[in-house]
Amino acid sequence: VCFIPGGLDCSISFVSHVLGKVCIHGRQKEILGVFVPRLTDLTKSDCVWQRICWRLVECVPDRWMEAVVLGFVQRAPGADVLSRLLGNLVMKNKKAQFVVTQKMLLLQYGHTTAVLQNLLGYLSLDSRRRTLLLRVLQELLETWSSSSAVKHSPAEQQLYISKAILICLSHLKEPEIESCRQELLTSMMAGVKCHLDSSLPQLRRLGMVVAEAISLKINTEGPVLKFEYEEEDETRELKSLLVQTPSFCVVPSLPDDDRSEKAGAALPLVLESSEKSHTAAPVMPDEESDAELDSDDDLIPYDMSEDKELKIKAPVYIRDCIEVLTGSRAEDVDKWEATVKALESLVRKNPAATREVSVELAKILLHLEEKTCIEGFVELRQRAQVAVLTTDPIPVAKYLTSQFYSLNYSLRQRMDILDVLVLAAQELSCPKFHGKTKHSGAQKPCIQLLPGSDTSKGWRRIVDERIKSKTRRFDMGQSRVELASCPNEFNSVAGYFFFPLIEHFDRPLTTFDLLGEDHLVLGRLVHTLAILMYLAVNTVAVTAMGKALLEFVWALRFHTDSYVRQGLLSCISSLLLSVPMERILADMTEELLETQSWLGDVMEKDPDGDCRRLALQNLLLMENLKKKLEAVPS
Amino acid sequence: MALPPPDPQFVLRGTSAPVHTLHFSCGGPEPDIPLLFSGSENGLIHVWNLKTHRVDTALDGHGRKSVYCVETMGGKDRLLSQGRDQRICLWDLAEGRTSVTDSVFTEHVGFCRCSLLKVAQGRWLMAMAARSLEEVQILELPSKTSVCTLKPEVGAKLGMPMCLKLWQLSCGSQPVLLAGYEDGSVVLWNVSMGKALSQLICHQEPVMSLDFDSEKAKGISGSSEKVLSIWSLNEQQNLQVYKTHKLVNAGISDITIRPDKKILATAGWDHRIRIFGWKKLKPLAVLDYHTATVHCVSFSDHSNPQERLLAAGSKDQRISVWSIYAQT
Repeated sequence: VCFIPGGLDCSISFVSHVLGKVCIHGRQKEILGVFVPRLTDLTKSDCVWQRICWRLVECVPDRWMEAVVLGFVQRAPGADVLSRLLGNLVMKNKKAQFVVTQKMLLLQYGHTTAVLQNLLGYLSLDSRRRTLLLRVLQELLETWSSSSAVKHSPAEQQLYISKAILICLSHLKEPEIESCRQELLTSMMAGVKCHLDSSLPQLRRLGMVVAEAISLKINTEGPVLKFEYEEEDETRELKSLLVQTPSFCVVPSLPDDDRSEKAGAALPLVLESSEKSHTAAPVMPDEESDAELDSDDDLIPYDMSEDKELKIKAPVYIRDCIEVLTGSRAEDVDKWEATVKALESLVRKNPAATREVSVELAKILLHLEEKTCIEGFVELRQRAQVAVLTTDPIPVAKYLTSQFYSLNYSLRQRMDILDVLVLAAQELSCPKFHGKTKHSGAQKPCIQLLPGSDTSKGWRRIVDERIKSKTRRFDMGQSRVELASCPNEFNSVAGYFFFPLIEHFDRPLTTFDLLGEDHLVLGRLVHTLAILMYLAVNTVAVTAMGKALLEFVWALRFHTDSYVRQGLLSCISSLLLSVPMERILADMTEELLETQSWLGDVMEKDPDGDCRRLALQNLLLMENLKKKLEAVPS
Repeated sequence: MALPPPDPQFVLRGTSAPVHTLHFSCGGPEPDIPLLFSGSENGLIHVWNLKTHRVDTALDGHGRKSVYCVETMGGKDRLLSQGRDQRICLWDLAEGRTSVTDSVFTEHVGFCRCSLLKVAQGRWLMAMAARSLEEVQILELPSKTSVCTLKPEVGAKLGMPMCLKLWQLSCGSQPVLLAGYEDGSVVLWNVSMGKALSQLICHQEPVMSLDFDSEKAKGISGSSEKVLSIWSLNEQQNLQVYKTHKLVNAGISDITIRPDKKILATAGWDHRIRIFGWKKLKPLAVLDYHTATVHCVSFSDHSNPQERLLAAGSKDQRISVWSIYAQT
């Protein structure tokens, strides 16, 4: 396609029509693949070509405008190019404006970051279009700060909106920020609250990053909002969006900007301090010559062989430990520290003595607070609790599960109870090794591979990953294939771990309402039950557990929190993996059918991607297990 | 074959509280009784008779708040004590009196011991930590007039002053102050001009105690970590690190150099007193008697070298008195 330049009036509306028709038929790629580079070159310096291009897009009929604009935005190599190609189309054409400011930002979320950069950069490049930029930012913030959006929209959409907000912020100039400072502040406060409320760590991080960015923009002097979160690829990418590279190139500026700034700042400090401590190297003393008599030679040293490092001895008896831990004498902090460090191994070496005082010890440990600053206090306490629980499972499990539903515990303590139950269950269901003391490397409870099963490793991996992610522990040992057989210790106590947890979930207490505000704990409880179910394979109680779990899942299946729903779906997986299929089909036929239809629903309609995937896997698992059952000759 | 370390010559019991500070006054001519002053956590200052090993008097002037510094001012009749009640008290103990003649309200809520220096007959300079976080105030006693206030520059972030030592090279020369701070650095201040001459970062942790030998222009400081730091002062009045000595256990509460500059003693958090030769910091002995942190060590000022003693006060409420290396 070539045009006759200069001096001639030509109507290019028919070209627009062709363009539009082609685009609407889905051939944007081909035609714009040719058009856009050509137009980019032509419009680089030539105003006439620019006007021609603008006229071209303006003349596209409304019904095809969306496809054309979408195509251009996606294909343009940069915001400035887009600006040259489209001109002020968004100001002149209502449809184009709708597509750019509403549809692409709020209604769709599949576009790449580069496209977002193009779009928002385009809006920022012309003073007339900047009003749209501000409006867009306001609408994005409204969505970002609405609690229902945070709860119900998929994580990918929320990520998209967050990116868009950050890019908008990076384009805003001082006077514009001034004018909307108050609104920014209010939406930031509202948005942070809903994001931090969420049970999914990704959403919480998103909220934190965006809030920090907004705070940075509106408070140029004075303290800014700073959250503590783990830096990850996602957060780094988001933060890099805030920095605009001057060439407006699409590639997001590397996070090296941040790091090199910090390195630069660190250098002057190092120089300062080294100036002050003049020579750090020791000045060689003059008296190095051996010939010179040393008056110190008159002084004969005494025997100092007894001079060793001071070690505070930990108590050797369990009851002494209890005394030290409950003692209120402030001077004994050294002893207290030593006791905390030594407690786990003492408990494991003296099972009989521990059994006498197990519930008391469990109580003390549950309420134990950090008196001094020991490294790894939380882990030490947890290991001690697990040791106590595995040494005397039934009474301690009874105690812990009853405390889970009692008044006046913090959420942290309740979740600690769940963690300890899971870790102890893992240990109990794991076979001991002959000859080696089980706890010399007590760090590695292995997840035993289930024998046989044709179902693809995916399910097992999923559950393993769930367990891994939930226990936040050190690494799992390699799964050993050859295991010495011995009685399953978890068999006799599985019920004590499981049923009390399930019993009271629907009874709210004054300070603890699982079905209400404390949905984070509910989520953790559901995941715990899934793991306990999984570990109960080959125990006698497994069928009863399965039935109870199925009812539990049924009652909660419509819960609004996606973390809880993910937990419920992993409960189903565990159930399918642990309870023998014959028993499921025999005892739970109706429930199974209902569950199947529910899973189908979730797979199609659930807003959360993880839930949908889990539901699909569960359905496939069910199918496979049934087929396997039928294949076995009866 | 090295001999086992000696036992204490005697042990003073009866303070019924952890002992925080000790000071000997044995230099008087016969028939003066050699005395040891001790300050305890219960606010009492005990005057120990070193012949009978008993308490002669107990002075109560700090409202039951811990006394953490005692010094004599030219003889045993005038005593200065500093306590956690934010006061420094001057006592008149002549002829059996036990009265507080004067007091200075320091408004200092930390544990920094003041330092005294005699500049002329009847005139003393005292350095003490002041109310403001990083400042040290120099007062003249007994007039209690302020000579100057030593303020680190803005942004220096030294933290609280932890230990002080006023000294002058010879009688009549400029008084200088060495101050150890919370950030682990030691600063040399010129008192008359009120400005810092040199700063040296000796430790990573707060400087707990320091002592200085003005003849050799060498000083030593101890901290809550495992290192003793020895530093020197060169002609340009700059501090330099001379060497460091690693200890077996972390934590030093007090360091003191014997007046004859031959040995020094450290009081450790590991309940032990360590003796070193001062010239090369050769470890000489580890005295292991106490059962809790040793808070303070002090050498006596006996005119007869054979009678010299070392005293250590500890959290276990005992004061151990040793005769060690007295023959040299």
